[in-house]
Amino acid sequence: MITVENLVKEFGTKRAVNGVSFTVQKGEVLGFLGPNGAGKSTTMRMLTGYMPPTSGKVSIGGREVTEDPIAAKKLVGYLPESAPSYSDMTVRGFLSFCAELRGLSGSARNDAIQRVAGLCFLENVLHQSVDTLSKGYKHRTCLAQALIHDPEVLVLDEPTDGLDPNQKHEVRQLIKRMGQTKAIIFSTHILEEVEACCSRAIIIDRGVVVANGTPEQLKLRARNAGSVTLRLTGAAAEAVRGKLSGLSLAGEVSLGADGSVVTARILPRDKNVGLELGRAIGDLALTERWKVEELHTEEGRLDDVFRAITTADTKKS
Amino acid sequence: MSESFRNIWTVTKRELSGLFASPVAYVFLVIFLLLLGFLTFSLGGFFERGQASLSESFFYWHPWVYLLLVPAVGMRLWAEERRQNTLELLLTMPIAPWHAIVGKFLASWLFLVLALVLTFPIVITVGRLGSPDYGSIISGYIGSALLAGSFLAVTELTSAMTRNQIISLIMALVVCFGLILCGFEPVTNLIQDTLGDTFVSLLRSLSTWYHFDAFKRGVVDFRDLLYFGSVTGFCLFTTSVVLRGVRGA
Ligand SMILES: Nc1ncnc2c1ncn2[C@@H]1O[C@H](COP(=O)(O)OP(=O)(O)OP(=O)(O)O)[C@@H](O)[C@H]1O
Ligand SMILES: [Mg+2]
Repeated sequence: MITVENLVKEFGTKRAVNGVSFTVQKGEVLGFLGPNGAGKSTTMRMLTGYMPPTSGKVSIGGREVTEDPIAAKKLVGYLPESAPSYSDMTVRGFLSFCAELRGLSGSARNDAIQRVAGLCFLENVLHQSVDTLSKGYKHRTCLAQALIHDPEVLVLDEPTDGLDPNQKHEVRQLIKRMGQTKAIIFSTHILEEVEACCSRAIIIDRGVVVANGTPEQLKLRARNAGSVTLRLTGAAAEAVRGKLSGLSLAGEVSLGADGSVVTARILPRDKNVGLELGRAIGDLALTERWKVEELHTEEGRLDDVFRAITTADTKKS
Repeated sequence: MSESFRNIWTVTKRELSGLFASPVAYVFLVIFLLLLGFLTFSLGGFFERGQASLSESFFYWHPWVYLLLVPAVGMRLWAEERRQNTLELLLTMPIAPWHAIVGKFLASWLFLVLALVLTFPIVITVGRLGSPDYGSIISGYIGSALLAGSFLAVTELTSAMTRNQIISLIMALVVCFGLILCGFEPVTNLIQDTLGDTFVSLLRSLSTWYHFDAFKRGVVDFRDLLYFGSVTGFCLFTTSVVLRGVRGA
């Protein structure tokens, strides 16, 4: 549904987005990560037709945003970063205005307002003026606007920003649920969110895509990902080392002994073995009749990965 | 086409409801009517003139009243969208930017026309006092509405240039003042000697004052219509260019 090819945006001499390409299919939720100033919002502004790209192509549902902006925009619901809304209107008036711009009128419009008010928990404030709402409610009002025409594509710039923990949870559930039938791209600084609702994630840094994959694949890029910790009794440390080093999947093995308890850390020979190494070690322990107290494969943490591939920025500047 | 029309009307409706939701609109109407009334009856010497005509007592003041009030009506049009970041929302809706530009213009212009229509008691008054030339009154009203529209378009343009309403107000005021002065007789007489006739007549042809003058006298000339049409059209078009820049082109 969303195809981005070699997108570039320059502000003066500065390249805020530098050759970004990716696609999002129907049924996919893409998490868009990156440090502050990486170019996430700028990319989204180009996706939604607000900013013209310096070069590159964006097409939404087969329609190029720069060639046929109105057709492309019809397919998209967009929550901008600052979650703006008209402060001189009531929530209902605002949603009604957005619905009409989306071509909904009469009972279709009223039904749409009821539906998104339900989804975003706005029923109790529909008649309240937007400028008297709390920050979280303003945010939800703008989110409701993005959903009003039940779009096929959703572009959400930090959709859970400023929400309380309950609402964060609700919005994640909502994104996950809608992701089954829509193409969704959302940016966030909360990495648990990526694991909770993304089918794929992209990390961008200084305008360049530095990682693209499922959360599981990304986690494997952590330095300690895939390493196995084994704690056991009933065997001598050196014997254990010998057996472990003999495994074909194992790389470096480090050992520690504390009394009769032996603790081993086994790094995989290469990152792609996943859980296989753990299983092989389990089998080995069974045949050797080791008394295993702990056996556990390090999954890798997304924020380690995030920090590892993006810290260069803070160090450099 | 009908879709364009519907989009424009949606924007117009929103702007109008926003306008009337605040007391500002009513305050504006009252000030407009009081100011015009005061100028017409005291400074304009409506009764002293003893003529059943509105051109020198009533319409004479319109450019000045609009100069003060139209920038105040139009200053928020885009400045406020920019300040609240709603510009990003509005321009990612499936509408063309010119729909929004025209929709906003139309709303404020309808409001100004409403204010103008509310001056009808003065027409009734001259009708009672004598037998006025209704043709010139109608043409005066048409000219006045066009004049208000051109000032409004200038204001819409200056409003797109800044996030600050007050700056947009001041810029609009300066431009509109210039548009009046370059055809205002006391000024043109003053510079005629030094700058020469051709320059002054060129300057005058750019002036709203000069083109409004014919309407006051009951003449609806194609060239004057063209003038107001092109000032308005030019400013609205330039607004779209400015907005493209604001979007980071
Ligand atoms: N209109 C603009 N004019 C000039 N520079 C801009 C403009 N908009 C963004 N930038 C620059 O482009 C870079 C990317 O900004 P962007 O807002 O896309 O970052 P982001 O990834 O969304 O960051 P954050 O996590 O803080 O939201 C920044 O360095 C910013 O200063
Ligand atoms: Mg951002």
